[in-house]
Amino acid sequence: MLDRLIKIFTSLRLTIVLLSLGMILVFWGTLAQVTLGLYKAQNDFFRSFFVFWSPEGSDWQIPIFPGGYLIGGLLLINLLAAHTRYYRPSKKKIGIVFIHFGVVLLLVGQLLTDFLSVESTLHLREGETKNYSEASRSFELAVVDVTDRDLEKQVAISHRRLSKQDEIKHPELPFTLKATTFFANSELKQREEPGFQPVKGVKGIGEGVWMRELPHETMMDRRDVPTAVVEISGPEGSPQSYLASAHIARPQSFQYGDRTYEISMRPVRYYKPFSMHLLEFTHDRYPGTQIPKNFSSRVILNRPETGEKREVLIYMNNPLRYWGETYYQSSFDTDDQGSYLQVVRNPSWLTPYFSCVLVSIGLTIQFLMHLVPFLKRRLAT
Amino acid sequence: MKKWLPWILTVVMAGWALSTLRPSKQTGFKTDEFAKLPVLMNGRFQPFDSVARNSLLQIRARQTVPVEENGRSRKLPARDWLVEVLMKPEQADDRKIFRIDNVELISLLKLTEEQKYYTFTEIRPQYDEIGRQAERIQKIEAANRTPFERELMKLYSATALYQRLKLSLKPPNTDDFAAEVSAYETSIAPGVAAVRAREAGKEFDKAAFDRLLRFMSGYDSVARFALPLTIPSPHPEEGREKWLNMGQGLLDGLHHQHGLPPAATYYATMVSAYRQNDPASFNRAVEEYRGWLAKDFAPELRKANHEFFFNHAQVFLDAMVLYVFALILALGSLLTFGMFANLSEALRRSAYWIIVVGCIIHTIGLVYRMVLEGRPPVTNLYSSAIFIGWAAVILGLFLERIYRIGIGSVVAACVGFITLIIAHNLAVGGDTMEMMRAVLDTNFWLATHVVTITLGYSAMFVAGLLAILFIVLGVFTPMLSKKLTAGDPAKAAPAEAGKSEVGVVLTKMVYGIICFATLFSFVGTVLGGIWADQSWGRFWGWDPKENGALMIVIWCAVILHARWGKIIKERGLMVLAIIGNMVTAFSWFGVNMLGIGLHSYGFMDAAFKWLMIFNATQVCFIILGFLPLRVWKSYPGIAPASPSPSGPAGGKAAPAPAGA
Repeated sequence: MLDRLIKIFTSLRLTIVLLSLGMILVFWGTLAQVTLGLYKAQNDFFRSFFVFWSPEGSDWQIPIFPGGYLIGGLLLINLLAAHTRYYRPSKKKIGIVFIHFGVVLLLVGQLLTDFLSVESTLHLREGETKNYSEASRSFELAVVDVTDRDLEKQVAISHRRLSKQDEIKHPELPFTLKATTFFANSELKQREEPGFQPVKGVKGIGEGVWMRELPHETMMDRRDVPTAVVEISGPEGSPQSYLASAHIARPQSFQYGDRTYEISMRPVRYYKPFSMHLLEFTHDRYPGTQIPKNFSSRVILNRPETGEKREVLIYMNNPLRYWGETYYQSSFDTDDQGSYLQVVRNPSWLTPYFSCVLVSIGLTIQFLMHLVPFLKRRLAT
Repeated sequence: MKKWLPWILTVVMAGWALSTLRPSKQTGFKTDEFAKLPVLMNGRFQPFDSVARNSLLQIRARQTVPVEENGRSRKLPARDWLVEVLMKPEQADDRKIFRIDNVELISLLKLTEEQKYYTFTEIRPQYDEIGRQAERIQKIEAANRTPFERELMKLYSATALYQRLKLSLKPPNTDDFAAEVSAYETSIAPGVAAVRAREAGKEFDKAAFDRLLRFMSGYDSVARFALPLTIPSPHPEEGREKWLNMGQGLLDGLHHQHGLPPAATYYATMVSAYRQNDPASFNRAVEEYRGWLAKDFAPELRKANHEFFFNHAQVFLDAMVLYVFALILALGSLLTFGMFANLSEALRRSAYWIIVVGCIIHTIGLVYRMVLEGRPPVTNLYSSAIFIGWAAVILGLFLERIYRIGIGSVVAACVGFITLIIAHNLAVGGDTMEMMRAVLDTNFWLATHVVTITLGYSAMFVAGLLAILFIVLGVFTPMLSKKLTAGDPAKAAPAEAGKSEVGVVLTKMVYGIICFATLFSFVGTVLGGIWADQSWGRFWGWDPKENGALMIVIWCAVILHARWGKIIKERGLMVLAIIGNMVTAFSWFGVNMLGIGLHSYGFMDAAFKWLMIFNATQVCFIILGFLPLRVWKSYPGIAPASPSPSGPAGGKAAPAPAGA
């Protein structure tokens, strides 16, 4: 039994089957991007063990094709197994070993990237300073105790937790929170319109607002905008509700007991031990056209704990690498006065570089080992 | 005779190619000289000639306009057409340049259905309607538009371009532009004084004030719509690229003591001379303006001259003709292989040397473009086609040099020809030397990632075409089972090579080329990942173009592993290599048609049709490859093979008696 298993896992046929399946998966996953959008197609096809299919009008999830993780994982096992079993040190095989080791490193590195990398965005208007970046797709309900402006206490509740719609207690908060309504993606209107429901029983900005739930957004350039009606209740006073929506940028303040709080639905924040201040954003175009030539942001990086303070120019193809993160020029405001920096923390960012070098060396060795004698034979005659 | 045939043919073809470079002598209006003048458009310096060709390509999909004059029809070159549009728009309005095929659009414009091309005069009554429709359609995503909507948008942008060109040198309703400009110049001083007086609340010269304002309102519309920037930067030391358009140049004269920019006066003189049918003055004005430019704008003048020469030479067209001719000769050589040894060899050598000439021309064109652009060879889809063809020709010639059986020549000529045809059709999109968008503006990555990945494409196509040849020759001719020396017994073929059959050699070629493709596709793909990591922060993003490249790498790996594991033999290898053609075509072209992702160039209908036709032909070849060996003419002696367990692995190139 074990022998058979070993035989299967070390066989070249398995390699070929897996590679072929991989190619079909990539092809299919690429075509699927047209309808599903890049983000969802990526998750459904490549970041999954199986590609699922749901028959029209049912909740069934039928696995119909191996996904990226399964194929990649099996390939990894296949490759390692074949090498441990059949490998005999020899000069002729050195190229192959380089290639395969490089491929292993690439696969493992990408897996690590998938799990470990964190992407966020830093949006700065000219003259603005921030010490945090924001997630592009996940939100949090922030409750900030602002009674003492110099000593703000923040509590952030992820929108996943909120979506369970049960009571949430936090040691820093003297009250409990509960989302009585939660829409993962939503739209708000100032007046009644077909399909919208009124926001009931809330104080503050949510009064008189109409809302409706929207289906999950799959296009790459759009995102879900969650909205919740949050009820605050505790021993002091009667429960009060507020509309917290990512559509509403400004926090709303409320009183609980003798303290003042601010509540808002905002993108998840990643705080940093330093701040960035945007001096200037430049958007160069080719003369006489609207074709962009270059985007660049001149920022001041300020890190009080080390006394580091310096000016940095971030532009296309020239990111800033700092504090284990990389800052890329990614977008800008339409009035050209604000800049979006993509912030990526990826501990395994170097693995593709190493694996590229390994595989390239291996391929070149293999290729030359065949080509040189061949040419010698041919051209000698 | 047979000994001399290759030399005679090669010299004749090379002579023909050289003769196309000779500039033609012009009498009357020297529009050639005008067309060499530099302007700034699409963000780069170019001669009027390029403006003319690219605009006409966008409007009419051709570089000439057929005209009827005195009962005779002739072709108006793009530069002559542009001169007319710029200087005598009322005449240009009657040229049939707008192609409309869509019946719904024809009826919307209340046109008759009998013609393919329409004049602007015919379209003008419904011009506003086009604008109204376009405003609505612009909000629809390009991929979701109906054929009518797409056709209307095409016409809309063609007419918009045309209208702007008409306003690029002179305001509408001006006849003697030179006289008008000099009147404007003399009206500036009193006019400006009147304006200042009026602003200060003092008494002012009403007549001078109105006069200046009348001029200014005309030039204002030119300033807003004129397309190419024709007036050289007034202060080249502050920025060589700060050119102005005609209207801006004329209005700029208001702010300076030294009067109007000289270029404006020269152009105005040309316009008047052209309208008064005075070639001598026109030519003199062009000549004087060139002399003026030579002082401060020599580099721009030189660049425009070079680009004009390049446009005029049409080297890729020459190379294309040579490849077709060589392809016919090489195929002739293959057909006569082993039957008329001497003829076959003469044809083979002719084909080889003509391809060498074609390749030299192709290389000159490629390098010339690189120098003009200041870029590595591949910057867009058009140049990728040119480069893929070039690399494939070199590979083919290399194979031919080694094996000398005509197959390398067939591959070189065929891929060279097809890719140049593709490039020719892609050029219809407009300027092929357009500027690179911000992210792509890096010569380092263009030179490394893009070039290696494109070399990978080339190799895949070469391998795929060799595979097709294997199947076609195998099924329809006895060639595969012949010895290499069968072509010419007298030929001093390599001793070892002489022993093997053509089929075996072809298999070696395909295998070797696929190894080459694997190397370049993999390195290119990973370099692309590293570029992406450098500029967007992720090594791999599953972008369609990235996936296309990955598919090539995976497919190469499949072929090589299947070959090493002896799971496939000759025929299997060939079938997989042909599938490689489809994978490569998808990666090169198909992903661009999805209309998504970072490498998207927009939806291309026509190209999609051709891609499907290409895929269909590849499937036909694959089916042909699956025919049982006993119907293959190359292996007549083979008994019906017992069905092989692994499908395509059935190929057995068992040595069959060569002289059977």
